[in-house]
This record gives sequence, structure tokens and C-alpha cells, in this order.
Amino acid sequence: MTVHLFGANGPDSFIWWDWVDRHSADIKAATLEHLRLTLIAVGIGFLMSAVLSVIALRWRWMYSPIAWVTGFLYTIPSLALFVFLIPFTGFTTLTGEIGLISYTLLILIRNIVEGVDGVPASVKEAADGMGYRPARRFLAVDLRLATPTIIAGLRIATVTTIGLVTVTGLIGLGGYGGLIDDGLKRTFSTPIVVGAGLSVVMAIVLDLALVLLERTLTPWSRRRVSS
Amino acid sequence: MNELSLDFPQGSLTALVGPSGCGKTTTLKMINRLIEPTSGVIEVQGRRVLDMPVHELRRGIGYVIQQTGLFPHKTIAANIGTVPSLLGWDKARVRQRTTELVDLVGLDPELLSRYPAELSGGQQQRVGVARALAADPPILLMDEPYSAVDPIVRARLQDELIALQRRVHKTIVLVTHDIDEAIKLADFIALLNVGGILEQFGPPADLLRSPVNDFVANFLGRERALKRMGLLRVRDVELAPVLDGIDSSTAVRLDTPLRQALDVIVDSHARAVAVVDEDGRVAGMLTIEQIAAGMAKR
Repeated sequence: MTVHLFGANGPDSFIWWDWVDRHSADIKAATLEHLRLTLIAVGIGFLMSAVLSVIALRWRWMYSPIAWVTGFLYTIPSLALFVFLIPFTGFTTLTGEIGLISYTLLILIRNIVEGVDGVPASVKEAADGMGYRPARRFLAVDLRLATPTIIAGLRIATVTTIGLVTVTGLIGLGGYGGLIDDGLKRTFSTPIVVGAGLSVVMAIVLDLALVLLERTLTPWSRRRVSS
Repeated sequence: MNELSLDFPQGSLTALVGPSGCGKTTTLKMINRLIEPTSGVIEVQGRRVLDMPVHELRRGIGYVIQQTGLFPHKTIAANIGTVPSLLGWDKARVRQRTTELVDLVGLDPELLSRYPAELSGGQQQRVGVARALAADPPILLMDEPYSAVDPIVRARLQDELIALQRRVHKTIVLVTHDIDEAIKLADFIALLNVGGILEQFGPPADLLRSPVNDFVANFLGRERALKRMGLLRVRDVELAPVLDGIDSSTAVRLDTPLRQALDVIVDSHARAVAVVDEDGRVAGMLTIEQIAAGMAKR
């Protein structure tokens, strides 16, 4: 089936649908790889951030060194970081993930710590006064109330990571970056359009999924003052 | 603060009152160890609080605070059931207790499935009291419980607390900066000065009648006699025999506060007012002289 979206359809069109049809398996593989790289990065990044945030919350003086180091990692341009890592870890998923995970830490740690700090002092005091033990209070009160802020951090980290995964295509990893790289090398616009377009779609879909997750986890924030 | 020695009589409401910096909140929070005393002894029902595991101590003491401190992410039912759940009560027992408490503090059971943000300030404060009473602790600590609600709601909540206390007889320690609130609610007032110095301790009427020094007198404010009249009722003074021609349309009742009776006398441009008993029969006559004589005796 051929759709003439932008005038005559051929190898020189903005998007050549025949190519898309013939490469649907490649596009599907790229999508799965892009998703895999993103989920690993955000997943491991979140776990590391959770641990580092608990450390920062428990020992307040640790917060500034943690913020400083993750802030420094965040300022390194992604391509430069990948190139720097290649001599050590080669053209591997590991190289890509080290970079991708590093970039999630600053956003996630900041949102977890500020989310927990943002829990009203009166609520914490009431919880203590009623006999919550510290660990239980942290899990059942502080973390629950920080959920919207933590998920806001996850949304930013996820969307940013989806964008950065396209850069890992340049060091030979799959995903939409591979399609874009292919198109650039051959000055052939179709794979570039497909790769860029689908990464935007993926970002929107995952962002909506996280919004949905937040609404499910925070039923109290949907209902507001009635009287 | 140092060298404060206080006894909170069982089953009565003691108000800790004083200017900011007098340590009234600190004193309260040392009872449930939200602030750890560096020295000294605090005993709750004969047990030293420092010898008890802190979470156990706190689960046995009700705690009500100014901004309510309700859990925004929990329903009203879950908020009220907090301490019973921490104590490991089974669900059915928690639910039954929650229903009892909603009734006790005069809340609509419909509200149980709502979240705190959906309630008015007054309703939230009632939930706070219900939550503090959930596990039926013998002691209730209240830290400026009514200072965040408007005056009309505050007056109603205060009346409700008086009625509630008549039913539950808790040992209540209430911190307030509002001396009139303390006079209205307390069985005993502990008036503190900056640095945790106890200036005077006693029933409100005692402080009003005989403040021990200028600090106490100034803190109680002007119109001490009027405030004391607010604590007495018409039946507390000796009535004069009824004179012919007294206007019974303005009659007050035996349980009318003396202060209100005085207001009626002054407002009706008279020197006396008729008093009726529960059955509406004229029981006597109240004059300004009678009020003054009655006040002098008490």
C-alpha cells in the first residue's frame, strides 16, 4: 500500500513509504532496542537515585557532594562522554548505559529529596507524635506524599533519556539513533524522519503512561476542597 | 528551660499558658518526647517516659496539633484509625472504633471516605481530635489546637471539647497563648513566664481572683472580675427575694453564666433581674449587689 503524503513518493521524497514497508522489521527492532535502552537507564538510574537519596536524607551533609557530582556528570556533553568511555568499555551497551544512567541521577535525586523535604512539617510531627517508627514513617508517609514530585522527576528523566538514546546510535548501538545514523550517512531522509518521529511518539507515550501511574498512585490529589 | 515542676491532675484539663518563649510547647513535647529532656524526670502514670520505648509511649498518648497534621494521602477513616492500626488491631475492630469516634466528635459518617483536603478547617480539627482519641489513651496533648480556625468555629470547637471531656474524662494538657481560651476550657492553668518559670498554678477562678504578681495580673488582662463572672453561674450566688413588679420577660436561668446575667441587668436599665428555675418558676431575684457579694465569697 502506497500513501502519497508529500507529493510523488520515491527515494527522494521526504518520506518514502515503500522503504518503510520493506523495513518494518528493522523499525520494530529499533523500537524495541530504543525502549530497552531507555528502560534500563531509567530503571537502574532510579534504583541508584533511591539509594543515594536515602543517604542524602539520612546524612544531610552528604546531599551537597552527591548533588555536586551528579550535577557535574550532567554537564558533560553526551557524545563526548561516550567517546571518552569507548577506550575502556568499547562500542557496547555498557558504554551507552553508563552515560544514560549518569544523566538521570541529578534529576531523580533532586526530585526524590525535594519531594520528601516538601512533606509538611506538621504531618511529619503528627506521624512521630502518634508513634510511627522512623522507617515506617518514611515509607508510609514521607514517600507516599513525595510520589507526585518523584514521578515528575521520572517523567523528565524518561523523556530526556529517550532523546539521548538516539545519540547512542552514533556509537553503533541500535534504536532510533541507528536509523538516523543510517540516513545521515546516505543523505537519505526517510530513516531520519522515521527515527526522529518515532522517538517523539515514544516520549509522548511513556510520559502519558507515567501521568497515568501518578493518578493511580495518588488518588487523594484528584479530589479537592469541596466545602 | 529549667526547674519546672508540674503535676497534671488526672482526668482534668490543664492549660499551659504564657508568652512566646515561655517553653509551653517545649514542656508539652517533652511529655511525648518529641523534644528529649536533657535532665529531670517526667512520669506518665507512674512510669518514667525516658524508660519507655518512644513509639510505645507515643501510641499511648493522644496528640492534637494546630495545623491538624492530618495525613493528606489517607481517607478520614484511615486517618482516625492510624494508631489502632499501628497497634495491630484487626480491621473490623478499627472500623468499629472509627465509627464510634466519628459519632463522639460529631462528624458526619459520610465524610469517612473523603480526604482531608475535602473538609473544612473545623471538620479537620474534629478529625484530629478523633484520631488522637482512637486508641482510647488516658492522656491527650493538645498544641494550640484551635489557633488556625476562625473565631466562630473556634468557639464551637471549644464548647465541643468541654462536652467531650465530660464524657471521656481524659487527662488533657493543652498549650495555648490565648488566656481566654485557657479560662474557658481549663480546670487548672499553669501560667509560664519566659525561660520556663512557673508564675502561678491553679484553677482559672483562683488566678483571676488573686493573681500572685503583676506578671500574672497583666497576662490575665483587664476585666478580671468580668472574666471570673464568666466562670460562675447564677446559682452560685445567693438570690434576693422577689419584689413585686419585677419584669419577668427578661428573666435569666439558674444555669446562666453570671457575666451574661449582669449583661441582661445593665441592658434592661434595671438594677435587678428575675431568675427562673428549670421549670420556669421564678426562683428569686438577682441584683448587682448580690453578684458583688457572691463574687467576694468565692
